[in-house]
Amino acid sequence: MKKIEAIVRKSRFEEVREALHEADIDFLSWWEVKGQGTAKQGLIFRGISYDVNSVARIFISFVVRDINFDKSVNAILKSAFTGESGDGRIFVTQIEQSIRIRTGDKGDESLYDVK
Amino acid sequence: MKSKYLGYIGFVLGCIILLPVSSFAQAIATAAPAAAAVVPAPFISAGNTAWMLVATALVMLMTIPGLALFYGGLVRNKNILNVLMQCFILLAVISLEWVAFGYSNAFGASTGFLAPYIGGFDWAFLKGIGISDVSPYYISQATERIPHLVFIMFQCMFAVITPALIIGAYAERMKFRGFLIFSLLWSVFVYNPIAHWVWSADGWLFKLGALDFAGGTVVHINAGIAALVTAIMLGKRKLPKGQHITPPHNIPFVVIGAALLWFGWFGFNAGSGLAADGLAASAFLVTHIAAAAAALSWVLLDWFHNKKPTIVGISTGAVAGLVAITPAAGFVDVSGAIIIGLLVSVMCFFMVSVVKRKLGYDDSLDAFGVHGIGGIWGAIATGLFATPLIQSAYSGTFYGNPKQLGIQIVAVLATLIYSGILTAIIFKIVDKTLGMRATEEEEVTGLDLTQHDEIAYNEAD
Repeated sequence: MKKIEAIVRKSRFEEVREALHEADIDFLSWWEVKGQGTAKQGLIFRGISYDVNSVARIFISFVVRDINFDKSVNAILKSAFTGESGDGRIFVTQIEQSIRIRTGDKGDESLYDVK
Repeated sequence: MKSKYLGYIGFVLGCIILLPVSSFAQAIATAAPAAAAVVPAPFISAGNTAWMLVATALVMLMTIPGLALFYGGLVRNKNILNVLMQCFILLAVISLEWVAFGYSNAFGASTGFLAPYIGGFDWAFLKGIGISDVSPYYISQATERIPHLVFIMFQCMFAVITPALIIGAYAERMKFRGFLIFSLLWSVFVYNPIAHWVWSADGWLFKLGALDFAGGTVVHINAGIAALVTAIMLGKRKLPKGQHITPPHNIPFVVIGAALLWFGWFGFNAGSGLAADGLAASAFLVTHIAAAAAALSWVLLDWFHNKKPTIVGISTGAVAGLVAITPAAGFVDVSGAIIIGLLVSVMCFFMVSVVKRKLGYDDSLDAFGVHGIGGIWGAIATGLFATPLIQSAYSGTFYGNPKQLGIQIVAVLATLIYSGILTAIIFKIVDKTLGMRATEEEEVTGLDLTQHDEIAYNEAD
């Protein structure tokens, strides 16, 4: 099992979600984050243009079975891409254990619904 | 950089040249009837009283929630409650000060050498003023007047909003108790005397012939220069390195506030004729048109200068236009109002986007840039554009009375000097005793939490 975390543009988030759904990823968490990087967001206040010190992005986090890993990463790479500075990052972590609270299922089985 | 400014200055000048000045002249003026031999005794007019009661309530609306939201939306989310509280408590404190002795000091009479400068205490606690007394003050309706009590209340709202305007300069970094005592002392020693100079029958600027229909000098220049002095004396806010702007935390509040200010300003200006008559209608009209012209010209500057029209820009422009038309509202016609409105935004825009940055003082919400500069332009413009078509006794430089401009400049300078010096003295006194500046810790944490133990935006659920 691997945890995939990705920071993506707000404007690409819907596409990322759609692509992950097509890659069979139906469980994920996300939150709005502020951060800093090379991308700048310009604003205007009473005739003065200025850069805010932060840019807004969506932070996505989910855990996949190893068999789903490659297609999940590829889904994000394709759907979050614009080619401009500020497209974001993907981080991957090894997960030691996963337990579904309702059933007590462990490991891979805890990560998807058995139909 | 320079050519960009030339572009929009050229645009505005073009607008003015294209304005056929005479085509807007209103046909409301009639020759004043020859003074009757017997002056009838003044009485309370129900119609005028009804309008003035409403106008008074409209002016209250300008402070809370109008100005409170306008300023509250512009600050960061950790300081909005502090700004709302400052506006709210001024309504309470200054109203009490006003009936205690403020009204008497501003509009009452005194004897001896002080008479032109400050009223006495004859009307302290409204002593001797009954419910059927007619107002000693009137503008166009000498016979059909309003109750004295209505005039007191109407003026009370002006006394409240003036110190509230200064909040914009020191927002986000003032200790609350320092603010409260400073504002009270400022009202007593700065607002009341200047109101007496300009509006009291004994006032020296009134006798000199200074024209200020609804408070350009008394309210806006007065608050504007006090704002500049407090902003400089208090010092800059502690902002992250290299940052000199804090993004407004709630722009919809700014818009609601500006819209309520515009709405309330009809009471402020059209009520200042103290009657429901043609003069009130004219003041209402020019107030609206000046605000419209200023809103449009600010947003066009935005568009030329920064490539995008902004909502904070159009809101600020509207307020600047309302400030500028305030002294002129009872003296100019629509053509004057359009010129006043179009030009005030150019001046204020230049002030807040270029000059303020160069000079480096931290007027957090541009109280001086909008009210000070807009007020000075309005007072001077009154001396230029006052037309006898509105009030036959008053005309400005462009209508054959060049002297008026000089009188207006005297009124502006007197207000700037007196208010500037007194504000600095009061600031120093309160700073040495109670302290004015919030600690660095309080400022960074936010004044809502540190001054009031409240937070505006608690987490949902």
